[in-house]
Amino acid sequence: MSRIKQDHSRFRQIVRGKIRGNLKQYISQGELIGKQGKDKVSIPLPQIELPRFKFNAQDGGGVGQGEGQEGDSLGDGDQQPGQGEAGEGEGEKALEVDVTLDELAQILGEELQLPRIEPRGQKEVVTERDRYTGIRPVGPNSLRHFKRTFREALKRTIAIGEYNPKNPVVLPIKEDMRYRSWTTVKSPQSNAVVIYMMDVSGSMGDEQKEIVRIESFWINAWLKSQYEGIQTRYIIHDATAREVDEHTFFHTRESGGTMISSAYKLANRIIEDDYPAADWNIYPFHFSDGDNWSVDDTRTCIRLLKEGLVPVANQFSYGQVESPYGSGQFIKDLREHFEVGSEDCNVVCSEIKDKDAIVKSIKEFLGAGR
Amino acid sequence: MIQYLKVRPLGPELEGWRVKIEKIAKACGLDFFETIFEVVSYDRMNEIAAFGGFPTRYPHWRFGMSYERLAKSYAYGLSKIYELVINTDPCYAYLLEGNETVDQKLVMAHVYGHCDFFKNNFYFGRTNRKMLDTMANHATRVRRYQDLYGYTQVEEFIDVCLSLENLIDIHAPYIKRQPDRSTERRKEDLPDELIGDLDTVPRLEAKEYMDEFVNPQNFLEKQRQKQKDEIEKQKRYPEEPQRDVLLFLMENAPLTRWQRNVLGIVRDEAYYFAPQAMTKIMNEGWASFWHTHIMTTKGVLEGGEVIDYADRHSGTTVMHRGSINPYKIGLELFRHIQERWDRGQFGKAYEDCDDMAARANWNTHAGKGIEKVFEVRRHHNDLTFLDEFLTPEFCAEQKLFTFEHNPKANEWQIASRQFAEVKQKLLFQLTNMGQPIIEVEDANHRNRAELLLRHRHEGVDLDANYAHATLRNLFRIWKRPCHIATRRGEKSVIVSFDGEKIAERNFDEAA
Repeated sequence: MSRIKQDHSRFRQIVRGKIRGNLKQYISQGELIGKQGKDKVSIPLPQIELPRFKFNAQDGGGVGQGEGQEGDSLGDGDQQPGQGEAGEGEGEKALEVDVTLDELAQILGEELQLPRIEPRGQKEVVTERDRYTGIRPVGPNSLRHFKRTFREALKRTIAIGEYNPKNPVVLPIKEDMRYRSWTTVKSPQSNAVVIYMMDVSGSMGDEQKEIVRIESFWINAWLKSQYEGIQTRYIIHDATAREVDEHTFFHTRESGGTMISSAYKLANRIIEDDYPAADWNIYPFHFSDGDNWSVDDTRTCIRLLKEGLVPVANQFSYGQVESPYGSGQFIKDLREHFEVGSEDCNVVCSEIKDKDAIVKSIKEFLGAGR
Repeated sequence: MIQYLKVRPLGPELEGWRVKIEKIAKACGLDFFETIFEVVSYDRMNEIAAFGGFPTRYPHWRFGMSYERLAKSYAYGLSKIYELVINTDPCYAYLLEGNETVDQKLVMAHVYGHCDFFKNNFYFGRTNRKMLDTMANHATRVRRYQDLYGYTQVEEFIDVCLSLENLIDIHAPYIKRQPDRSTERRKEDLPDELIGDLDTVPRLEAKEYMDEFVNPQNFLEKQRQKQKDEIEKQKRYPEEPQRDVLLFLMENAPLTRWQRNVLGIVRDEAYYFAPQAMTKIMNEGWASFWHTHIMTTKGVLEGGEVIDYADRHSGTTVMHRGSINPYKIGLELFRHIQERWDRGQFGKAYEDCDDMAARANWNTHAGKGIEKVFEVRRHHNDLTFLDEFLTPEFCAEQKLFTFEHNPKANEWQIASRQFAEVKQKLLFQLTNMGQPIIEVEDANHRNRAELLLRHRHEGVDLDANYAHATLRNLFRIWKRPCHIATRRGEKSVIVSFDGEKIAERNFDEAA
């Protein structure tokens, strides 16, 4: 192992809190800023800053260069402008770059150490495609390769000394003929569908929805990087459930009471109609504040899950956001009926207190690699 | 240093350019140690850069931290390092594998500028040119200590030392602050009871009958007082406040041998890197001054490369609003000096002229520009460079401004474009490399072997949280209560750590 790798792994261990707990107080979650389209993307970059006698930054200020009137802003007050300069004698050049969604997912995967998902059982579902990759001397006329054929003919003509530059007639004979050839590529196909269900009852406020929105964006980004052509379906429910498009899903105003079973019923129907469990990787995600209408309905929910959703799904994920109104009972009911957390149980529950808890929750959902 | 002996030679094309550029640089008057270029992969480049330019350093997580930053920036395409050069004899410089030829030529021209600066600038005169070997020795020593005393224990101690790393006396290599104690014999070794006796007070030489006029009573009183003060001072330790806190700790703190050694290593390396921080603007400015000259006027740049060159060059000299770009300011200031001395815009007649139009059109065809810039690169550091050559014209041309924090809006705002204010702030930023000036005042504070440091307050307070944590670290070295006298706003305060808790008390500066 090279020396820098040793120092680096030591640093990573410290950051993860495995060793040198006394440095913990100096760790800060720095970031690098990249761009995805118009949006800025932050790439986490933990830093440890050893204490030293230094000036109080906000007392000081400094000197800058460029346009602007007195009183113009240079950015908000937590970060001193121009910090993070190049160190001892190297010339660094900053660029702004676009990060693709794929790269984002990769970054997410690396940071959260998500396992790659092992597609379940569908390895026998194989698609075959023909790809034209080569040339051969026999084949049907419809696949004739004119250029190669004439090149062969030209070579032969020159070789036997018949070629006359003044009258460059080249006639291919049978041995000159060249045809395209193909190979058949077999690729195991994995199809995946994500069904997002969200509780939009009165107790789910804007902040709760924001959490769901952010979390499902990242989950989507990750799953997309794992499956080609992933499909997404959106269900919202209060006392009744309906399927909606993505925009509606994230923008519906809250109303009414809560019957979680309605959403599960709908999800079951969607799966039955469109996604036979044998061919599809199915990921139902349900977000709610856990405040179901009645105990009876909860019982129905459990039954629906046990008979329908859970057996067909790769993993059933339930995220409970904390809301000031909700009792948060539902997660407890789930834990009671399923062996949540055990190796064979594909039900995952996660409580999401606030925005800061999103990362942890994503890891809980995706960490199993199912 | 085996790793170093195995420098892979440049390919024939680059080597051809290197020879050509070296020749041009020498013809321009640049004077440098032999410079060895090596092309390295980005990963190796990141590694070397994380080690501060060296192939190996003592094991420490902080190098891993810089590496992660560099590696991530490179992997996500946010930034990359084009060049790296270290101040040694011979100089070693690294080129990034896979860069276009025009980049490599630009970097070589730039590097020769740096190498000339390393060799000739006064402030680099005392640096250790065999630092490659020294760094490798440091690494070996620290590794041995880690084997003997435990990885974590040594690492923790290094952290403590690094936390005090900035408490050095950056001018120490060039001046003598106090007489060498070991060689100087004290003349006033008097028995205590004689102290202050009028007969022992040194008198001016005089004939006996003139004595009472040459050495009148009040003069003798003064002499006696002086003598007493002198003796008081000797009782204090250190006699004079000492800027090199690290050295003081090495000499006086209760450390084991390996600890003293590690502290010495950290201090040596801090002194080695200090001149680079002291001349960042000049050094980058000088290198940029020469890379532009060599690339654009000496036929190094080929027709097809002009656009790429212009792109790279403007990338390095781009202005960022929140800070000054040392490449830009340094380059422009050297050019400004060259122009002024070419046109004779210096000396009393020019300084006294207050007709703006006449000043602007001033031209005596003095033609001393090139001579002057070489002189400047020899004698100045960033602080004196800007103090001496920053002019109101330059300040306006470069659109310099000061910025301050506005607590109401919680944002940083442009405060002023006035020359005097810009200059003052700039000089403040550069004084003592932007670090607070802190001295050891008393090693026997309150007569209890407690350590008192003094922060020479120059208008900006210390960051309180950092100061507290640093005091804790200082305590781990001194092992007795540590104090620092500073100011908080208008009040003078002493912040203390007694091994258990931080305390802060007001004190009267006069007492």
